[in-house]
Amino acid sequence: MFTRRSAAIAAAILLSSPALLQSAGAADKPTDPQIAHIAYTAGVIDINAAKQAQKKAKSKDVKAFAEDMLRDHEAVNKQALALVKKLNVTPEDNDTSKTLSKQASDKLAELDKLDGAAFDKAYVANEVAYHKAVNGALETQLIPSANNAELKSLLQTGLKIFQGHQQHAEHVAAELK
Amino acid sequence: MPERLASIAIALVLAAMVAPAHAATIEITMDNLVIAPAEVSAKIGDTITWVNKDVFAHTATAKNGDFDVTLPPKKSATSVLKKTGVIDYYCRYHPNMKATLKVEP
Repeated sequence: MFTRRSAAIAAAILLSSPALLQSAGAADKPTDPQIAHIAYTAGVIDINAAKQAQKKAKSKDVKAFAEDMLRDHEAVNKQALALVKKLNVTPEDNDTSKTLSKQASDKLAELDKLDGAAFDKAYVANEVAYHKAVNGALETQLIPSANNAELKSLLQTGLKIFQGHQQHAEHVAAELK
Repeated sequence: MPERLASIAIALVLAAMVAPAHAATIEITMDNLVIAPAEVSAKIGDTITWVNKDVFAHTATAKNGDFDVTLPPKKSATSVLKKTGVIDYYCRYHPNMKATLKVEP
């Protein structure tokens, strides 16, 4: 009885926690081609969010933040593309990438309905949450699973950049209040 | 005669020690999101050469507003130190990049 109950609780916890990057369990570690795809997809998602913000944001700080995101994520993805080419690896689509993309397009649609200060606040709040989630995934899943040393090193650089973005987003969020 | 040469040499060495030192140029690099050295002591009049080795843009932004240098990817810039103090600075784009500059008279 007790076991069944805890199993049910565990399942409930799993289901209620954000689905982000949890589709690949510890048992099936993502492969390098999958990791490359996830990392690249995560970058594209933030680039698209930044492009939307450039069109819709009202605050000067939020616009500048979006420009910073665009510049950095494009630079990281350019490096990622150069690396997969060098390593002769073809990024492989996977459930985690699909889940990420689906959540991101839902978020874009949700933010699209907002305007002005409401948009600014929601965009920056999502940037904080998104970078936090990506950084968690990098630390606990993607970096430990990466086999290739250069891929691992690029992910580690990515983690530092995105931790910076998270702090930057938190500053911008605090200024908006 | 050699003695005289020696004394001139000594005098020159002493002069170099006594005369005010030339302003120094100190290099601070930003590489892979790390500012190095993280702590630098300098004197008023010294020049800091900021070297950004990353493919990302960075800034060296003093918390007290003394300087705010923007460093595009793979570029460097210089600042001449004009005020004393212990200045904490960071990168505005990546606030997890932090360092300290100690400027003495």
